[in-house]
This record gives sequence, C-alpha cells and structure tokens, in this order.
Amino acid sequence: MYYIDPHIHMISRVTDDYQRMAQCGCQAVSEPAFWAGFDRGSAEGFRDYFRHLTEVEPKRAALFGIKHHSWLCINAKEAENVKLSREVIAVIPEYLDKSNVLGIGEIGLNKNTRNEATVFQEHVDLAMKTNELILIHTPHLEDKYKGTRMIIDMLKGDRRVSAERVLIDHVEEHTVRLALDNGFWCGMTLYPTTKCTPERAVDIVEMVGPERIMANSAGDWGKSNPLAVPEFIQEMKRRGHGEDVIRKIVYENPLAFFRQSVRWPKEAMADDGHSREGAREMSAAR
Amino acid sequence: MTPLPAAKALDAYFLEARSKLLDLAGILDRIGRGAEAGAVGQDPRLTNIRQALEILQDVSGGRAERVQRLFSLGYEVGWERPKPR
Repeated sequence: MYYIDPHIHMISRVTDDYQRMAQCGCQAVSEPAFWAGFDRGSAEGFRDYFRHLTEVEPKRAALFGIKHHSWLCINAKEAENVKLSREVIAVIPEYLDKSNVLGIGEIGLNKNTRNEATVFQEHVDLAMKTNELILIHTPHLEDKYKGTRMIIDMLKGDRRVSAERVLIDHVEEHTVRLALDNGFWCGMTLYPTTKCTPERAVDIVEMVGPERIMANSAGDWGKSNPLAVPEFIQEMKRRGHGEDVIRKIVYENPLAFFRQSVRWPKEAMADDGHSREGAREMSAAR
Repeated sequence: MTPLPAAKALDAYFLEARSKLLDLAGILDRIGRGAEAGAVGQDPRLTNIRQALEILQDVSGGRAERVQRLFSLGYEVGWERPKPR
C-alpha cells in the first residue's frame, strides 16, 4: 500500500532507511525543522540547515522515488532563546520559495514557557503574512496536555488562522479531541516510550474516526522506527479495517493537507499513487 | 469504524497484556530491590503509578485517556498570552 510519512527527520537517518521505506510503499515524506540534539549557536547554523532540508534531502529521497517535502522554523526547544529565534525567523523568508517547502513547522511549545509562547506567536504571524501552512509540535509527556491547550488558545486567538491549514502533531488519547473538535488536522506519532504505539494509534482512530488524522514515525536521531507507518498499516489490517480507510489515513489525508500549500505542484502525487515527479528526479539523478 | 469484538480482542492481545504486566511488575520489583527503597515510597511518580493501576481496574472505559491526564501537568485557565511586538 502506498503511504506518506508526514513527519520524519531524514537528516538524522541513513540512506538505507529511504530504501527500506520505498520498498514498503513510501511515496513521500514531510520533514519539519527540529532540534538537532544541541542548541545551535547562530542564525547562520539554521541557514545551513535550511539548505540541507531544501537541497540535499530532496536529492537523497529522489534516488528511491520518494518525494521530499520540508518545513522551516526554529524549534520550540531553541525558541527559549528569543533573540536567536527572531534572527532565524528573519532568515526563513529566504527559503520560502524553495519548491519542496510546505510551510512553517514544527513550531510549538516544549516546556510551555513564556519565551516559547512568544516565539510561537511570531512564527504564526510570519505564516499568516506569507500564507503558509503550519505544522505544530506539541510537548512531550507531562507537558503535552497543558501545552496543547495553550497552543490552541494562541491559534484561536489569532483570527487570521484557518484551522484547516494547521496540523497539530504528536496527539495522543488526551489531546486528539482538543485538535479535532477545534477544526484542526492532527497527527499521531508512533515513537517508542515517549509517544504512541501503532496499537494505541489504531485505538484512537477507532474512537475518533479517520477524518483529518494521520500517522507518522517522527523518525530522528533517537531510538525510532522509520517504518512505523507500515506497522500502523499492519495493525489496522490485523483489526479487520478496510483498505479504503487505511489508505485514507496514511495517504489521502496527508495529501489533502499538503495540497493546500501555495507551492504544491499540481502535477505531483496523482491520486493513483504514482509519484511521477519522483520518477523523473530518480531518472535525472542516475 | 468497528472495533474488534471483545472476545477476538482478548484472544489477540492477551499475551501482549501479560507481557506488559510482567514488564511493569519487573520494574516495580527492581525499584523495590534497590538500596533505600523505603525512601522513594512516597515519590509522586510512584504515587501516580499506583493511581494508574487503580484506573486500570475501572471497567467503565477511557482508561488510556485517564492515565494520560493523571501523568499530565494541569492547564492554567487564564494564562497570560505574550503581547505581540
């Protein structure tokens, strides 16, 4: 079955992962800008990172017929440094014309501090001025519920924000309805220990239905599984759910959300699942 | 979307439940075998674990969500949003 991983940090994964993902039916990935494992020292460091996201990863993905999309931001953890964050936000527009950029993300909160909220709102302001989609990181573990509510407060407090153009990621049992009931899209992250399992993700879908919901691996430099979405597909089949609803969650929903991007090419990712653009790029790379 | 019938779900997931309970039992035993185990008896994290185990006993449903809320920080109604620049 074709699928899209709408949240994975391929910069931290080996090329073999692209191969395995392609073999399992991955057609496209969406890679938000995130914390590198250390706090970067300057906006120039982010400039190089944005170049990697918009130039290097698309080429690597294309070797296996996978379309690579990215998002730009300074992540919630480094957002504690407001001065640096404002310098990075000023750099972002230089990269918004890159063809694989979907929008601003993954912005959000980490420890729910005032500085993080300030930077979050300034990212949203940029996104509204440039008509971008928004991808949101909700905090981990004990901070998730409080942080998700704070994020939704800030989004609803800005009348320019259209809920259907916002994806609230890393939802779990206690936050999924907060996202859906307020009209947002949401993503379930299948990541060991600190987030959801494929089994619990299927439970969530059985409770809230398949509308405006996706599954992702958030594969990164930590212990994580780049094939988590195929595991979700397997679990859905194990429970007896039909191919139509599985395909909706793992392929059609991400596509429907991404297509809203101002830079989404009309000829890419036809509904039949064939990545024509990926095939062309793969041929050119050879 | 129709979930599995209860009997099928039990058949499918019993061994996994058993395995996860053993993991949890092992963790609690591990803590208990450690030096000065008595000193951590009232640690809020252990208190939360004991409360979570009570939630698991409640057959009325919504256990996963309730356990999540148990381990979550509270939301502050009326928290002050930063003013735009």
